[in-house]
Amino acid sequence: MIKKELIVSALENGTVIDHIPSKNVFQVIKILNLENYANQILFGINLKSKKFGNKGIIKVHNKFFKKEEMNKIALVAPSATLIIIKDFKIIEKTQVQIPEYIEGIVKCFNPNCITNVEKVVTKFNLVPDEELKLRCHYCEKITVKKNMSFL
Amino acid sequence: MKGKSLISISDYTKDEQLRILELAKEFEKKPTQTLLKDYVVSTLFFEPSTRTRLSFESAVCRLGGKIIGFSDTSSTSVKKGESLKDTIITVANYSDLIVMRNPVEGSARFASEVSKVPVINAGDGANQHPTQTLLDMYTILQTQNTLDDLHIAFVGDLKYGRTVHSLVIALCNFNCTFHFVSPVELKLPSAVKIHIKEKNLTYHQYTEINDVLPLVDILYMTRIQKERFSDPIEYEKVKNLYNLNKAMLVNTKDNMKVMHPMPRVNEIDIDVDDSPKAHYFQQALNGVYVRQALITSILGLK
Repeated sequence: MIKKELIVSALENGTVIDHIPSKNVFQVIKILNLENYANQILFGINLKSKKFGNKGIIKVHNKFFKKEEMNKIALVAPSATLIIIKDFKIIEKTQVQIPEYIEGIVKCFNPNCITNVEKVVTKFNLVPDEELKLRCHYCEKITVKKNMSFL
Repeated sequence: MKGKSLISISDYTKDEQLRILELAKEFEKKPTQTLLKDYVVSTLFFEPSTRTRLSFESAVCRLGGKIIGFSDTSSTSVKKGESLKDTIITVANYSDLIVMRNPVEGSARFASEVSKVPVINAGDGANQHPTQTLLDMYTILQTQNTLDDLHIAFVGDLKYGRTVHSLVIALCNFNCTFHFVSPVELKLPSAVKIHIKEKNLTYHQYTEINDVLPLVDILYMTRIQKERFSDPIEYEKVKNLYNLNKAMLVNTKDNMKVMHPMPRVNEIDIDVDDSPKAHYFQQALNGVYVRQALITSILGLK
């Protein structure tokens, strides 16, 4: 517990993405395009969590994400918490929210959709429902959570 | 509607749909005009079609326009692996409007995004076929003098038939009562029923065609498509379930009309053809007027 506190507060300026399901940490890195980020990034997997038992965490130095950018990760880490840190202090703590409109990231599950036939960026609109459902802007078919795969 | 592509029936509001039908009435009275004298329309058909392609081409020819295009891809660069994007950008430079049928779902929406001229979707796989919906609406209006408060039966393959899905959704704006006749395995999908429920309209489901015959104003027959069945035995079980013949029309309403998007196989016996209640060939002809209305609206000529 003390160690965790140290890890989080060790960031002077930047963003901490907490409560990521451990198995999805790499997906979050990919979605946020952190692979190509020049500054220091630390991440942890299979850390103990009071809330979830097990979690992943990513700390990005000197980076403050736009809300829309951040919400993209809600698809793979709906429980994620964002913590903005300035001068070692927590400035803001928010939950991610699944966006109404998603570009890229998700693959349309319809094999006969143009996005799976030709090089076309996928676009989806969120279907208002309790369950996660995305309607393809092109073929209009709905991709549900269990059929969802990521690009 | 000038410059506005038509990809999905819901791209046009109810008022816009009604305006097209209103205009189609004018073209029915006077189908030969010179409105398209200075225009080139391209028809790109990546898969076979009789009525849709020819009625689009007839619509353009009767208005004095010129047509370029293809009815199969064997003589085009598509065969060499050219992308849809490149094909559309190229053709958009050669014409004022693109009409496209393509088996890939969503291809029409994508084409409308890369094309600098408007695109009309003439069918994108199992997804949308909005001009069929408009001509179906026109035919109903023509035979019943209204689209409101009608009883409409849909018979056959209600699961995969895209014309049924789009027409049901469009008619939800007109307080219709729906009667769905299909084998259990080809029932209307719940994604379409949601639209009926949203408008608090009534629908009934049947497996026997005889149950609906006396009730309805429109009997919309569809073909059960062999290619939809992975198991040929399943197809054999249902292929002859609904065969409409002339004798069955005896107890139907006087104003009742039989419609069919065509092609038919054996779901309507040829002895129905000379009944005044048979309206499917007129329906196919209406495709010309509706497409004339649509093309001239989109080009800003009407």
